[in-house]
Amino acid sequence: MSALMKLKTLEGHLGALSGFSEPKIELEQYETPAHIAAVALYTMQTQYEALENKLVLDAGCGPGMLGIGASLLGAGMVVAMDIDDGALEVLQENIEEMEIPTIDAVQCDFLNSKHCRWENYFDSVLMNPPFGTKNNAGIDMKFLRMGLDLTCDSVYSLHKSSTRTHIQKKIKEWGVKGSVIAELRYNLPATYKFHRQQTRDIAVDLWRIHHVES
Amino acid sequence: MKLITHNMLTSKCLKGVLTGYPLAIKATNIKVNEVDFNPDFISRIIPKLDWEVLWKAADSIGHSEGLPQTIERNYDEDKEFLKKAHRVLLEVEVEEGYLTCPESGRQFPITKGIPNMLLTEAEVQ
Repeated sequence: MSALMKLKTLEGHLGALSGFSEPKIELEQYETPAHIAAVALYTMQTQYEALENKLVLDAGCGPGMLGIGASLLGAGMVVAMDIDDGALEVLQENIEEMEIPTIDAVQCDFLNSKHCRWENYFDSVLMNPPFGTKNNAGIDMKFLRMGLDLTCDSVYSLHKSSTRTHIQKKIKEWGVKGSVIAELRYNLPATYKFHRQQTRDIAVDLWRIHHVES
Repeated sequence: MKLITHNMLTSKCLKGVLTGYPLAIKATNIKVNEVDFNPDFISRIIPKLDWEVLWKAADSIGHSEGLPQTIERNYDEDKEFLKKAHRVLLEVEVEEGYLTCPESGRQFPITKGIPNMLLTEAEVQ
């Protein structure tokens, strides 16, 4: 299976996007590094044809790293949802800068309420959910669950590798299927003041989770 | 906000609202952006839509011209139709205005093309 552009080119475009202007700790706004996003998106497209010509949801989109990348790889349409107007402002700047006409942004709380009329509507749901470490325990699983309700095919989601057993347990509990389709390293820059080290290397899994029939 | 997005949005998360669909559109600024025509994507998306809601939404903002009110059975072979659907779904954008919940009358502002569906805690089911 092929992709519209080379991995390096995709990473180059994503590397040029603007990030959060003032990251908010309560929303765990960590940026998805361009390299991680590019490899993740490339894997989804080349192994599962999850993006080109598809209807895609970027859940908790932030500045739009995954959603814009999906568009660059030929998604028919991307809906990008985020709760935060600051993040959506940067997303809008990025969309204009990259001249991408196939993304629509919606400001909403992805978790608290179902804004979509139809369940299982999107071909692919992409997310890099909050890790759920700062007074937000379990939020990553809530993102996954909601993503599953909204897709007719698969959710593609980034999680710390340390949560792998927990996710496997959840998948069983929910009666869905899933596997880690790429192992990545997340070089997290010190975004917030409480980070003592300059950068921390974190092992991250790209999961593909899908309903049993798909 | 494109009409493909409008077609999927509801306000049913509001306390006391049952379906919250379709949301009425009041547009004060509309723009039309060119988007590459992708007939395969449009054909595939049409069965997922509520066509009547799409037609009425397009009509309410003055962009229903030439758009049929119902879908023919062999729509996927009709390139002219797919082009019209493409335009209405992806190219017409509401930049400024608001959406209104059909049951409660709650308004959701659309600013710089982004509908704000956020609710206060007291408004949530």
